Amino acid sequence: MAFLEMIDIVKRFPGVLANDHVNLAVEQGEIHAVMGENGAGKSTLMAILYGLHAPDEGYIRLDGKTEIFRSPIDAIERGVGMVHQSFKLFESLTVWENIVYRREPRRGLFIDAKAAQRQVAELAARYGLPIDPIARVGTLPVGVRQRLEILKALYRHARILILDEPTAVLTPGEAVSLFEVIRNLAVNGCTVLLVTHKLNEVMAVSDRITVLRDGKVTDRLVTAETNPTEIVRAMTGRNVLLQVGKTARPAGEIRLEVKHLVVDGRNRRAVDDVSFALRSGEILGIAGVAGNGQSELVEAIVGLWPTDGGAILVDGKDVTALPIAGRRDAGMSYIAEDRSRTASAGTASAMDNLALGFHRRRPIAVHGLLNLREMRGWARTLIRKFDIRIAGETTPVGTLSGGNLQKIVIARELAHDAPVLIAEQPTRGVDVGAIEFIHAELVAERDRGHAILLVSAELSEIMALSDRIIVMFEGRIVASLTRAEADEATLGLYMAGGRKEAA
Amino acid sequence: MTSFFLSPAFFDQAVLGITPILLAALAGTLSERVGLFNIALEGQMLVGAFAAVAGSHFTGSLAGGVLMAVVASTLFSGLLAFGSAILRGNDIVIGISLNLLAAGLTSFLLRSLLGVSGTFSDSAMAGLTRLHIPGLADLPVIGRALGEQNPLVYLSWLLVAAIAIFLAYTPWGLRVRGIGEQADAAVTLGANAVRYRIAVTLAGGALCGLAGLQLSLGSLTLFSENMTAGRGWIAVAAVMLGRARPLPVAAACVLFGIADALGLKLQGEGLPNQITDSAPYVVTLIALVVAGLRQKIDGRKLSV
Repeated sequence: MAFLEMIDIVKRFPGVLANDHVNLAVEQGEIHAVMGENGAGKSTLMAILYGLHAPDEGYIRLDGKTEIFRSPIDAIERGVGMVHQSFKLFESLTVWENIVYRREPRRGLFIDAKAAQRQVAELAARYGLPIDPIARVGTLPVGVRQRLEILKALYRHARILILDEPTAVLTPGEAVSLFEVIRNLAVNGCTVLLVTHKLNEVMAVSDRITVLRDGKVTDRLVTAETNPTEIVRAMTGRNVLLQVGKTARPAGEIRLEVKHLVVDGRNRRAVDDVSFALRSGEILGIAGVAGNGQSELVEAIVGLWPTDGGAILVDGKDVTALPIAGRRDAGMSYIAEDRSRTASAGTASAMDNLALGFHRRRPIAVHGLLNLREMRGWARTLIRKFDIRIAGETTPVGTLSGGNLQKIVIARELAHDAPVLIAEQPTRGVDVGAIEFIHAELVAERDRGHAILLVSAELSEIMALSDRIIVMFEGRIVASLTRAEADEATLGLYMAGGRKEAA
Repeated sequence: MTSFFLSPAFFDQAVLGITPILLAALAGTLSERVGLFNIALEGQMLVGAFAAVAGSHFTGSLAGGVLMAVVASTLFSGLLAFGSAILRGNDIVIGISLNLLAAGLTSFLLRSLLGVSGTFSDSAMAGLTRLHIPGLADLPVIGRALGEQNPLVYLSWLLVAAIAIFLAYTPWGLRVRGIGEQADAAVTLGANAVRYRIAVTLAGGALCGLAGLQLSLGSLTLFSENMTAGRGWIAVAAVMLGRARPLPVAAACVLFGIADALGLKLQGEGLPNQITDSAPYVVTLIALVVAGLRQKIDGRKLSV
């Protein structure tokens, strides 16, 4: 009998069978990967293990005892800890307050802050997770916040640690040290459940893999005896091209030029003297850990954020002083990072969303009034062309899955047929199948002679698509490389602020 | 006029003006810290003010008035807890409804229970009596303001300290702060956010009951319709201005209380009372605009 077993777990949500008789068995001290596309049911399964959802059928057996976790309190009590993908931290509070929350050492009616800080420091030292107990969480970089989340679980004596997409926010270097921490925990008898869709990580760190698709377990694999192709087939049910098909082609004339751009953020200079040129027929990738000025750079280019110096030129024309509409007219389209808040209107229909940006022009608008028949036809055409899974063109887009909503956004922006496309995190949080499709569309756009600025925190995406790569660190461009010069190690070093000499 | 600003009456008036706003603002502060935006302070206070007078009148004792004020306002706040903390309804909608309900309910009860409309006063009714603290009361100019107030005034300042210490140094205060900042994080650590929100809302009701008590039995002994006259809203503004931290909130209340006293003074100088009555609100408005401008400079991003 395994240390941890989830037996015949069934969980239904309205209209969805999220877990369909799922079985999971994990040994003590094992690093077990739970893989699957978005919506495959892995998050639901982990939520059940952590007591956030009650299963409709099935049960959990932990260390030989049958358990039903009614809430995270039960799960924590029995030694289950979870590090969520979006951290669950109190940013205005200190590190030690976050860790001891609800388990405060006391002196009379008051919290014994001295004792709490000492315990946190000891815990951090014991597990090799250095952290300053009295730092405010809001001031900490993401890598340290993740360390804090792990410490929170360890403080509660976690024997099983669930890590949900733990490397999504980390630099390659931080990811490597996280893997060391994970291995170290496993050696010390802690069982680690790693929820991820990143194949290289699973191959690098896990012992065994359980793959889910459409709520069912499709495969159980031993990492040492499998390969990425087999895992992807289990995840998607078909063979997926892991490599983007892309041929070298010469770049054309300059389409977008950014000269000595300066953008001030809230409390600091977000973009500091950034210059680059983007040519037709090329994809220029901007790599960097999130928060190093990429968002501000993109928002300044498209006109969502004011600039504080420098110039932006489209086809040689200075657009720095133009509003968003003027820049779009000059030949820019934009796939925004946040598809549900910036790039689409959730309660509006697909028809309305797809017409945005075309709503003042013929044939959609005639004499200032919308031609609904045209809009409907236009929406249907795009839905068919981009294979968007949606009930109908009048369905609100807020109901769509991440991948389908992203296809709506991409369909609309590509339909503008603009010579310059700004693509910001175009595949964040979408599943493998949709990533393949979106990547192919972006490459096709490039092959049509359009210029693409690709911003992505996903290094593999930058590597797969870009013809040239620039790396941003603390608002500056710290490296500019051709695709041939770039490899993960070099980029990782630059992303962490390292210099070439240090390599 | 200069002489008045340094007069015992001015400071006394200011301290009296501060007390009900301060008590209500403490209630609002606690709500804010568990993630609820309480704009029902006005109504909660009004219910307390009425219940204090009714309790005092019918029982013939001050204790009856105090008890009724606290109990009635706490019960009334049960509606807020039910809608806001349990059902998670919209704080604004619930707050406005409760304020309207409180205004109507107190007017109705004034007629049906006490048989008058407009204002009820009973000279035999027991109000809060002023203490005399030797030493403090003997200070020049501010002696009366600081040393000869009723017990509730002193209690309100003790409560400021108690709530500040509660939030900063006790386990329960830490949980309250966590729930207000990031409720789902608190819940995943096993904190019962709903229970904390209910407790805090009811405690806020008790505080507002005291605020109402101070209004109706503090210096006068009467209840008149809508006698809170916007003080609950000023308390809401104080909470926002002090960013729900007890000491800055108290400081904001002091500012508003002084403005209130200033208004009364200017009325004495012969300015029309429609203008002087607006003094505390004008100060509130200016304070909010100044605070708002400061925040605007911090976060410059264009609205999208």
